[in-house]
Amino acid sequence: MDVLTLLAEGFVVSLSPLNLAVVIVGVTVGLFIGAMPGLGSVNGVAILLPMTFLVPPASAIIFLAAIYYGAMYGGAISSILLGIPGASTAVATTFDGRPLAQKGKAGLALIAAAAGSFVGGTISVILFTLFAVPLADVALAFGPAEEFALVLLAFTTFVALGGDDVLKTIITIVLGLVLSTVGLDLISGQPRLIFGDLPGFYSGISFLVLAIGIYGVGEILWTIEQTRHKPHVTPARIGVRDLLAGLRSLGGSVKAMLSGSFLGYFVGMLPAAGATPASLMAYGVAKTTSKHPEEFGKGAVEGVVAPETANNAASTGSLLPMLTLGIPGSPTTALLLGGMVMWGLMPGPMLFLEEPEFVWGLISSLYTANFFAVAINLALIPLFVWSLRMPLHVLCAMVIVLCIVGGYAPDQRMHDVWLIAVFGIAGYLLRKLDYPLAPLVLALVLGPLMEKSMRQALISAQGDPMTFIERPISGTFVAIAVVLFLLPLVRRLRRRLAGSGTPASGRTSA
Amino acid sequence: MRAAEIVMAAALMALSIYFMVHATVLPIGWARGQGPGGGAFPFWLSLVMLLCAGGILVRELMAAYADRGGHRGFVSRGALRDILIVAGSLLATIASIHVVGAYVAIVGFLVFYLRVMGRARWRTIAALAVATPVVVFFFFEVALRILLPKGITEPLFIPLYAQFF
Repeated sequence: MDVLTLLAEGFVVSLSPLNLAVVIVGVTVGLFIGAMPGLGSVNGVAILLPMTFLVPPASAIIFLAAIYYGAMYGGAISSILLGIPGASTAVATTFDGRPLAQKGKAGLALIAAAAGSFVGGTISVILFTLFAVPLADVALAFGPAEEFALVLLAFTTFVALGGDDVLKTIITIVLGLVLSTVGLDLISGQPRLIFGDLPGFYSGISFLVLAIGIYGVGEILWTIEQTRHKPHVTPARIGVRDLLAGLRSLGGSVKAMLSGSFLGYFVGMLPAAGATPASLMAYGVAKTTSKHPEEFGKGAVEGVVAPETANNAASTGSLLPMLTLGIPGSPTTALLLGGMVMWGLMPGPMLFLEEPEFVWGLISSLYTANFFAVAINLALIPLFVWSLRMPLHVLCAMVIVLCIVGGYAPDQRMHDVWLIAVFGIAGYLLRKLDYPLAPLVLALVLGPLMEKSMRQALISAQGDPMTFIERPISGTFVAIAVVLFLLPLVRRLRRRLAGSGTPASGRTSA
Repeated sequence: MRAAEIVMAAALMALSIYFMVHATVLPIGWARGQGPGGGAFPFWLSLVMLLCAGGILVRELMAAYADRGGHRGFVSRGALRDILIVAGSLLATIASIHVVGAYVAIVGFLVFYLRVMGRARWRTIAALAVATPVVVFFFFEVALRILLPKGITEPLFIPLYAQFF
């Protein structure tokens, strides 16, 4: 078992005192961020990324992955106790978690959520371990043409599966790509799009500036507008008896856990899908396959377990394409990718050959993060309940201070802080009008790779664009991309043909 | 809501034209045997953005003409006040960093924001206004060696530098 040896070597890295401490702190911070209504994993990673300069790059990535993990656990806490999802990924947890809490079974719901998250996390990390090496091996054969086709494919999934207005999705993708070209041209070295020679634009627009703007400032503006009344916190106390009762009642949820884990993992790998749709789908599957579907929505334990299993599995799933192919499966992993590039760790198949210690250290840290997340989650529940009473505006003020200082820190330029404010306000306005923002961040992170691989492929093919179609792997990717791109159009035509007599009944979400 | 859609689509169209003009500084055509020039990628993508935003503009204008859909407001009046306060105080804070430095600006922001938006008690405000800059100083300047801008307050920090560096 070659994988086991590699994993064992990874544990040597991830169990070092520094990395262990990093995982524990990261998971705890992630739990708090997840529990806070309005803040999710992507916000936490964006705002706290500048703080990770304190530790070496490998530990920094492990820290951010631990935040990602913890936030997935934490989202359930406010879904259950407040009835407000702590993060969009925990929306489905409110359906049954809130009724359970109102029946006085908040403790049971929290335990079920934690157990579901643990099972989902564990199964998906095992799947991750098994799939990573084969996928990286396949990706080793990729040249620039294949890389370009793969990025193209990633973007078309947003058009086909994102469920948002197609025109608006294309706009945010293209805007992100254009913003990524600001600065020096990769091939000729000449400056472009520097807007009247502003020196701040020569080095381009950092993904971090856009991320802090959108997920820090923009998110705060959004939260302030949405939460205009004080929520009611349901008290929850957990004793040993609750714990045992909770674990006993989980016997009936094994099916929900298994389907949630696999569903979450595979849906999570798609850039356009991710943890939120995965958890909603898992909830639906659990309801249709349950022996007591009528209990769903009124406080079924399975209804809490299924989405929580799926959103944790999805977060691991979205790490797989990021690490092996260099294509992030979610906005949070896009930020991880940006961070890795910043620290000189280029994700992709070569990373498995060049930095095996880092790769396997990170993978094994997911196992430890999963373990600590469930332990800290259950141990600190009273603390989380207390922290939910924290006034919203104290949180907002702290986040804004962190955005300003954290945005300045990486390059020490006020130019970036101004850009953060601009992106934050613009991002809020775009979000108000239902422009999807995840593709924007993904496009800014992947833009340089997309342009570089396209131009490299063309240069090596003497300018012949047929190279993207003639190479078998690249040709397949392009073909799938074209099909995905045309999917919304086909769907629309079919609807028009089918219901030509009746008036359009509004947009259906994909 | 519809007016906001139209304004946003028009703004995005203007932005894409602005990008296109700037992109033409580098060659946007197809160099023989090499592929696209340095300005091609931003230029043609901006064109796509222009067309999509144009599509939204036309769609919304037609819908406004047909006047279907409700007259849902963009934001409520109370929310608008909050948003303007937060965005305004953020911009004012960043601007004042250039003059009075990060520390004074951050304390000023905290006091203003927590009092006006949070209606926090003075005791809470005082605690946060003292603790935040101290934590920021030790984390960024002492631990990370990242000097934040000080503006005119620079001389006040010289004794602190002598102490910690």
